[in-house]
Amino acid sequence: MTRVLFYGRPLPGMTETRLPGKLIVVEGTDGVGRSTQIALLREWLEANGYAATETGLTRSELAAAGIKKAKRGHTMGDLTMNLFYATDFVDRLEKQIVPALRAGFVVLTDRYIYSLIARAQVRGVDAQWIRDVLGFALVPDVVFYLKIDIEHLIPRVINSQGFDYWESGMDYLRGDDIYESYVRYQTQLISQFDKMSEEYHFHVVDANRRVPAVFTELRGSIKMIVEDLQSPTDSVLPAAPAARRKRAPRAAVAKAAQSPAEPPSPAASG
Amino acid sequence: MATLPDGTKLPGKLFIVEGIDGSGKSTQLDLLHKWLVSRGYLVAFTEWNSSPVVRQTTKRGKAKQLFSPTSFSLLHAADLADRIEQNILPALRAGAIVLADRYVYTAFARDVARGVDREWVRAIYRFAIRPTLAFYFRVPLDESLQRILVGRPELKYYEAGQDLGLADDPYESFRLFQGRILTEYEQIVGEFGLTTVDATQPLVRQQARVRRLVLPHLKGALKVEHRPWREVLAKEGLHGSYLTTGPGGDKE
Repeated sequence: MTRVLFYGRPLPGMTETRLPGKLIVVEGTDGVGRSTQIALLREWLEANGYAATETGLTRSELAAAGIKKAKRGHTMGDLTMNLFYATDFVDRLEKQIVPALRAGFVVLTDRYIYSLIARAQVRGVDAQWIRDVLGFALVPDVVFYLKIDIEHLIPRVINSQGFDYWESGMDYLRGDDIYESYVRYQTQLISQFDKMSEEYHFHVVDANRRVPAVFTELRGSIKMIVEDLQSPTDSVLPAAPAARRKRAPRAAVAKAAQSPAEPPSPAASG
Repeated sequence: MATLPDGTKLPGKLFIVEGIDGSGKSTQLDLLHKWLVSRGYLVAFTEWNSSPVVRQTTKRGKAKQLFSPTSFSLLHAADLADRIEQNILPALRAGAIVLADRYVYTAFARDVARGVDREWVRAIYRFAIRPTLAFYFRVPLDESLQRILVGRPELKYYEAGQDLGLADDPYESFRLFQGRILTEYEQIVGEFGLTTVDATQPLVRQQARVRRLVLPHLKGALKVEHRPWREVLAKEGLHGSYLTTGPGGDKE
């Protein structure tokens, strides 16, 4: 990041005004293909000599296990869940993201505060409150919003991990039908993301397209962002090896040999 | 009357106690609790940092010293949020009395003493129910330190504020940390209109003051019949030897 900026009150203990690394956020709803793209981007960056690292929601050392346990019991209220997620987020910001940016890494983040805000707002939590809570978040170099229609989303989810209790909003919609609930909940989330697009200057990426098209677009933008980091191999980036391959996109991530007859999977997990 | 942040009045009453460690607030709250129960009120008790949802995480953070001022603050907010959602709010909606040992003011004092932004911590706790009465047990730093440190107890890392790096010695660190907290509390008293109790006074006198102040708020508070089987025992000449709480037991 060239300049350290916060959405609200600065993070206590942050003294720098500049950090050498780059913070790249990939946002979007469940199943849109965020983790697939991040896996591809990370490999591509590293292949080109950039130190890259990734992080995502509920991966903090402090709170990840606790959140998972609380979710299993379905015992959390809205406020508690928001604050617990905020705890997880700040732990990762302080322990993973900021140190990596300090060291000059390209940090790829699978979801950021926007997912937390969208989730909170769908559940009727006060919009200003959740923004205040998460005000210590660094303003990223770029936020890619992978935008998808619910019609395109459903087959991908069925094809990958299936419908998750929380991702279906079952905790607050309280329907019996998880499919119905999923469609309603994700539709609401998508509309929240759409509304946030302007407020947070999202770079909107059409994720109704296949994985290679989305990847090419993301790579193109990231290329410009990381340019001033000076790749050790070359100042001008060559075409990445992953992009030259005419194989199914998943082949770039999964190293296991696949049958050539197998159709390309649109996405791994969201 | 306890009040929701949006101004909605709740039928129940929320009484809370605040003060630095060693101010004697928990003792006073316990005496108040017993008095209210003896008068037939339905009383729910809750204390700071006791929610089962965040327990494991708190333990982990303390054991491995993972906390930063901000994550520490947020986890405590999650703790209160959970207790409000699961216990405090339902009890107040039902018209019960809720007693809380420490409340948002503890966060305002402690977290700011740790370096968290004053306005930010107030903003994150905006969800908290406004208490009917908030008591602040005011005690000079030296007196509280003497009460706490008399037996040279083992001070825990975060309790002593050692994460702040104020002093290498845990006792010295504790002193400095408590001093900072006290300064914050003194500002909070005026800002939020806390009711002060002179915690250097004899315990009985403090309790008398607390009860006198609580009394006018008790009108309409939910009552519950304690030991409702007593009448049957007396009438039928039974001993109640199979009652799980025992004949003299009290389900409070």
